[in-house]
Amino acid sequence: MVQLKVNGVTRKFEGDPEMPLLWYLRDMLEMTGTKYGCGMGLCGACTVHVDGKAVRSCQTTMANAAGKSVVTIEGLKGQHPLQKAWMAASVPQCGYCQSGQIMQAASLLKEHAKPTDAQIDEAMQGNICRCGTYGRIRSAIKTAAGVKA
Amino acid sequence: MSTIKVMERRAFLKYTFGAGALILGTHVESWASDADKAAFHPDVFVGIQPTGEVIIVAHRSEMGTGSKSTLPMVVADELDADWKRVRVEQAIGDEKYGSQNTDGSCSIRDFVAIMKIAGATARTMLETAAAQKWNVPAGECKAQLGFIVHAKSGKKLGFGELAAAAAKLPVPDKATLKFKPESEYRYINKNVPNVDQLDIIEGRGTFGMDAKMPGMLVASIEHSPVYGGKMASFDAAEAKKVAGVRDVIVLDPFKPPHNFQPLGGVAVLADHTWAALQGRKKLKVEWDLGPNASYDSDRYREQLLATAKQPGKVVRNQGDVEAGFASAAKIHEASYSTPLLSHAPMETPAAVAEFKDGKVVCHAATQNPQAVQETVAGALGIDKKDVTCHVTLLGGGFGRKSKPDYVAEAALLSKKTGKPVKVVWSREDDIRNDFYHSTAGMYMKAGLDASGKPTTWLHRSAFPSIGTTFDDKAEYAMELEMGMGWNDLPYDIPNHRAENGPAKNHIRIGWLRAVANVYHAFAIHSFTDELAHLAGKDPIEYTLGLLGPGRKIEMKPVGMNYWNHNQKQSDFPVDTARMRNVIDLVAQKSGWAKRKASKGHGWGFAAHRSFLTYVAVVTEVQVDDRGRLTIPNMHIAVDAGQTYNRDRVISQFEGAATFGTSIAMMSEISVKDGKVQQSNFHNYQVARMPEAPRNTHIHLINSKELAAGVGEPGVPPVPPSIANAIFAATGKRVRDLPMRKTKLV
Ligand code: FES
Ligand code: FES
Repeated sequence: MVQLKVNGVTRKFEGDPEMPLLWYLRDMLEMTGTKYGCGMGLCGACTVHVDGKAVRSCQTTMANAAGKSVVTIEGLKGQHPLQKAWMAASVPQCGYCQSGQIMQAASLLKEHAKPTDAQIDEAMQGNICRCGTYGRIRSAIKTAAGVKA
Repeated sequence: MSTIKVMERRAFLKYTFGAGALILGTHVESWASDADKAAFHPDVFVGIQPTGEVIIVAHRSEMGTGSKSTLPMVVADELDADWKRVRVEQAIGDEKYGSQNTDGSCSIRDFVAIMKIAGATARTMLETAAAQKWNVPAGECKAQLGFIVHAKSGKKLGFGELAAAAAKLPVPDKATLKFKPESEYRYINKNVPNVDQLDIIEGRGTFGMDAKMPGMLVASIEHSPVYGGKMASFDAAEAKKVAGVRDVIVLDPFKPPHNFQPLGGVAVLADHTWAALQGRKKLKVEWDLGPNASYDSDRYREQLLATAKQPGKVVRNQGDVEAGFASAAKIHEASYSTPLLSHAPMETPAAVAEFKDGKVVCHAATQNPQAVQETVAGALGIDKKDVTCHVTLLGGGFGRKSKPDYVAEAALLSKKTGKPVKVVWSREDDIRNDFYHSTAGMYMKAGLDASGKPTTWLHRSAFPSIGTTFDDKAEYAMELEMGMGWNDLPYDIPNHRAENGPAKNHIRIGWLRAVANVYHAFAIHSFTDELAHLAGKDPIEYTLGLLGPGRKIEMKPVGMNYWNHNQKQSDFPVDTARMRNVIDLVAQKSGWAKRKASKGHGWGFAAHRSFLTYVAVVTEVQVDDRGRLTIPNMHIAVDAGQTYNRDRVISQFEGAATFGTSIAMMSEISVKDGKVQQSNFHNYQVARMPEAPRNTHIHLINSKELAAGVGEPGVPPVPPSIANAIFAATGKRVRDLPMRKTKLV
């Protein structure tokens, strides 16, 4: 049995410990804000925080997540400064990648409160947006961080 | 909005009221939209509840363009509704709404007038109802943010309070309607956020991948690795041992032509997605690969290039091309080629369906819910009226999701299992079994006068046609493919010919964002740049010379109709004045005149009309000493006619800059032994943040012309603008996409 915290709530999981956290969140907890895009750690759509750090939930097994604290997009509750900046800049187009983008950016801001362009590139290059919202993502991160565009 | 339709709606309305409550008899009506069921619904697109809530139906799919919000905003503006009290309801598939096929960049241009009529009709009827109640002239009553107000007396009633009375009035003739002046718009072009934006940002938006039905199974389907292959045998023993796997079911192969039919294959059904994916890995399937097992896309591309060197079917002919070449001072020729491409929307195809009592209900990420009705009905042998398709948000579409094979798979599997079934395509399924953007080979030849200006132009193009979707024997292009930036090139050249060479097809070909414009624009605008350099002229000056003076040109291709993106040439002529305008604008905004190339640093230009919109691009590239390319700036000037949601228009062109960069630099589907070689984002590459243009500057012309396309027309000029910038920076002319395959230093 695996025990973990998801958005502050303790959960127990009896199934296959090799199941990726992604499918546990989506299919077992019905928290579908975390998205599937590649299943191979290539796109970032499934990004969540495990013990405060951005990870790809498609590459994190339930066994890896045991005893850890997981935060998903739902866990930000719309209160994160990035979410407000995302609203103000109307970042999303189709929106499918955006949960992952926001979770990745939230982790970046924990590490670098005032990120440089190079740090933004470095942190965000694992998150694909096929609609091409990268410019607005960059400026929304800067707005949330209070750095000049 | 004919009188007949209005009569029918009135009859329906009476019936609804006669029934008192909203108990509707038939299956279709039981799925009637909330707008239809409202106390007052003068139109299929709008309904008003006694509470004052305004329900506006969005009948087009939302895949990122904003049309689900923009069209309802137009209704709300004409009605003068309070946007806070508007609920936008996504329509099910139903022909009563007209076309719901959300592709071709036409949601706004085809429906904005209808939305204005819907809003103005409702407003007029509410004003009339108020006037009758107060016994004052209707002209003195005015809608204001959800109320009807009589200024003279200060009387005021909410829309909800007037709904029942308005419902009893005759629907006014649309010729008598008065429309709001632009100056009174509250929502149009005011950058109101999309209705789903907050949900998306908080992780609550429901995409096809997120849709569910109680008791559903999740299916992962093994399709033939080669187009047209058939399952020979399979062994499901190991798959069935996976915990959670419930069943393994064979789906019959399609019958050619493939149309939107499911491909056929072997489905693993399980309690949840992970079990289905695990079971699928354990499945052993032997395929009879069929006649396409020798298809090799590299060899095929060579053949297309060879075909394009030979005379083909003439699709445009002006002047005397032979004589023109014979008398030219100089001849320049070049060949260009482009690969197959996959749409790769971030959300892979996904849908859930339930077959019960001979009817299907499904929830799907689809660009075309009426095609879902037809395709599902065809696959199951039922009437399309018995297919109810709910449309979710789409995690990108780009043309892939107008073809509902995956929805029919879900319906078929539900019929076979007696349970609701959700079909989930993995990224590998998506990349390997797409309807690919066509590969193309193009040959260009110009006869030049002494000044370097062409007097003669020949453009031959060969590519497998989208027409093979509907006719597997087709070898020549459809009119719509020819009319996409190829036989409608508005250059002022006396001798001009376009020819189409034959191409047999070996894979599913489909439309991808901007379609045939993409490869034609790449060849034409790269070649134009080559000619400018040969003549020693500035590429923008040179292009303006080719376009000639500003004028409207009537296109007369040979042996076909000029498609003009489905619009009359009288409404949307090919207008070189508008093209010159966007070129002037992009030159000015990018500081083109001062931009001098230096080693590893250059600027490139291209301008293209597609989807009735005029777009000019200037791109800056930097190529470092290891040949790595970055794009610091891209300027895009646009005349898309009148806009209705300026910020969403801008965002579409920002997106096109990145989408076009992927096509130019990175993406390629290759096929060996009939099998697609790519499978996921490590080998099917698309632009990530560092590769995308760092700064995209969109310059919108404040146009009063009719609204034209927005979602697609930004894409075609981007790849040639990059190729031309690379030439300026490095002296290398890259004629084959993707450009990452050419060493730049
Ligand atoms: S789904 Fe996990 S990185 Fe793409
Ligand atoms: S907004 Fe569509 S993939 Fe990013």
